[in-house]
Amino acid sequence: MNPGVGLGASSVGAGPRVRPFDPASVVPDFPVLSQLVHGKPLSYLDNAATTQKPLAVVEGISHFYLHDNANIHRGVHLLSERATAAYEGARQAVQRFINAREAREVVFVRGTTEAINLVAQSLVRSGLKEGDEIVVSVLEHHSNFVPWKMAAEATGARLRVVPITDAGDLRLDQYERVLTSRTRIVALGHVSNALGTVNPVAEIVRLAHERGIPVLIDGAQAVAHLPVDVQAIDCDFYAFSGHKLYGPTGIGVLYGKAGRLDALPPWQGGGDMIRSVTLERVDYNTLPAKFEAGTPDIAGAIGLEAAIRYLEGLDRAAAFAHEEELLGYAIERLERVPGVRLVGRGAPRTSIVSFVMDEIHPHDIGTILDGEGVAIRAGHHCCQPLMHRLGLGATARASFAFYNRKEDVDRLADALDRVREVLG
Amino acid sequence: MPDLRELYQEVILDHHKRPRNFGPLPEGNRHAKGHNPLCGDRLTVHAQVADGIIRDVRFEGAGCAISRASASLMTDAVKGRPVAEAQRLFEEFHRMVTVGVDDEIEASLGKLSVFCGVREFPSRVKCASLAWHTLRSALGDGRDASTE
Repeated sequence: MNPGVGLGASSVGAGPRVRPFDPASVVPDFPVLSQLVHGKPLSYLDNAATTQKPLAVVEGISHFYLHDNANIHRGVHLLSERATAAYEGARQAVQRFINAREAREVVFVRGTTEAINLVAQSLVRSGLKEGDEIVVSVLEHHSNFVPWKMAAEATGARLRVVPITDAGDLRLDQYERVLTSRTRIVALGHVSNALGTVNPVAEIVRLAHERGIPVLIDGAQAVAHLPVDVQAIDCDFYAFSGHKLYGPTGIGVLYGKAGRLDALPPWQGGGDMIRSVTLERVDYNTLPAKFEAGTPDIAGAIGLEAAIRYLEGLDRAAAFAHEEELLGYAIERLERVPGVRLVGRGAPRTSIVSFVMDEIHPHDIGTILDGEGVAIRAGHHCCQPLMHRLGLGATARASFAFYNRKEDVDRLADALDRVREVLG
Repeated sequence: MPDLRELYQEVILDHHKRPRNFGPLPEGNRHAKGHNPLCGDRLTVHAQVADGIIRDVRFEGAGCAISRASASLMTDAVKGRPVAEAQRLFEEFHRMVTVGVDDEIEASLGKLSVFCGVREFPSRVKCASLAWHTLRSALGDGRDASTE
């Protein structure tokens, strides 16, 4: 589906405990899904905003607080040792999941946004200056646009924005033009959160590396829907959030090649990120502690590991295939709803379908669908530059996870008829 | 769920489809732009005020059914009224769509009372109040209004 990203055994469950994938049988693993909203069964199609959590994640967090809670590192008592082992174990689980070379290349942060801010602000501290350029694309989520804009404004550096085609595809040819000796970093989303477009990240990394330019990939929308192998992509940084990967909110990951992370100065100071402190001098800790100032979200990391282990217990290749089938079915069904126009027709895509409906505002669509038990998102999806480029104020967006089924798509399409009844 | 018909009442749908007082107001002397960052909706309110009276008022912009109908009904409601009375209407309208008002006040709001159902839909309160925030800016300092 995505060139350069192989179905590596490390990131797709292939171990002995893997159970065959069946969408109906995974639904009970997610207790929140089995409820009525407004008296109707819930069809949760807002997975690009956040995914639901399997019971294993809820129980993993709860077990930590009930039995092992203590602060990590430097503790000399049993609970602290357990908590430290669990936290560092979570780091290893992430390393395995994204196939990082070393565990110290995994930095725990609050989420994708913080990961990108970390790199952007560290870049500012490492001497970003007037005349330097940062390359982003018009597809980016605000979290992969605003931190770079702030870095540019603070230093006088210039933001270069790669355009897209009318279909919502990145203009690859433009990278050849904008990547120059002035480029300090390229930042790009792996999957567009507004359109679901899968960008050819490995190819862009190759183009940038030919010129010695590092690349940060915003993987927020990718990790749950594609096998991600950071060594195969060869990116310098990869950012993602736990809560879009069936884990808890408040925890996320910045992967960085050890050499790149070593070269960056820390951006937050505090406990744990230092080796020694005197009144005259501070020596920073090694990776990954250098970037983890203060007590981290220990329970969040443990919850993230529980999510990863849950996913490793599934036949992920089959789960991805199911998601792809759902997307195809959704496109087919929605195209038949009178007045519906799909936004972003680029290929390949994953798990997201964005649409507009005649003159009906997406907010009205969202409210009426909610009344039918169908949860979607309506708005600019934190992509105002993209919406502006497409000449739209907002879209309605349905986004899928492996626990969704064809009947959820049917309920979405039927509810759109109801929208027409009320507002048409 | 509160009945959708409570939200999308006939009067609201009518004003959504055929908004009143829609378009520019060349003779206007008070203007403000309003923005709902939640959905990106933007609208502009123009008013012509003389001797403390809103002689004419019009609006422009794109938005959802609720925000458009609210702007349309608002312009109908405040046209010809003293500025101070428009301010009072704003306050009562805002109370109606947020915490609720008694029957007497609801009745005094006339057609605006069709928005009483909005209170049951917290995510849509800002849609209903955007035009009013913008009108208040136009009558006040003219700065851009935001629902945030």
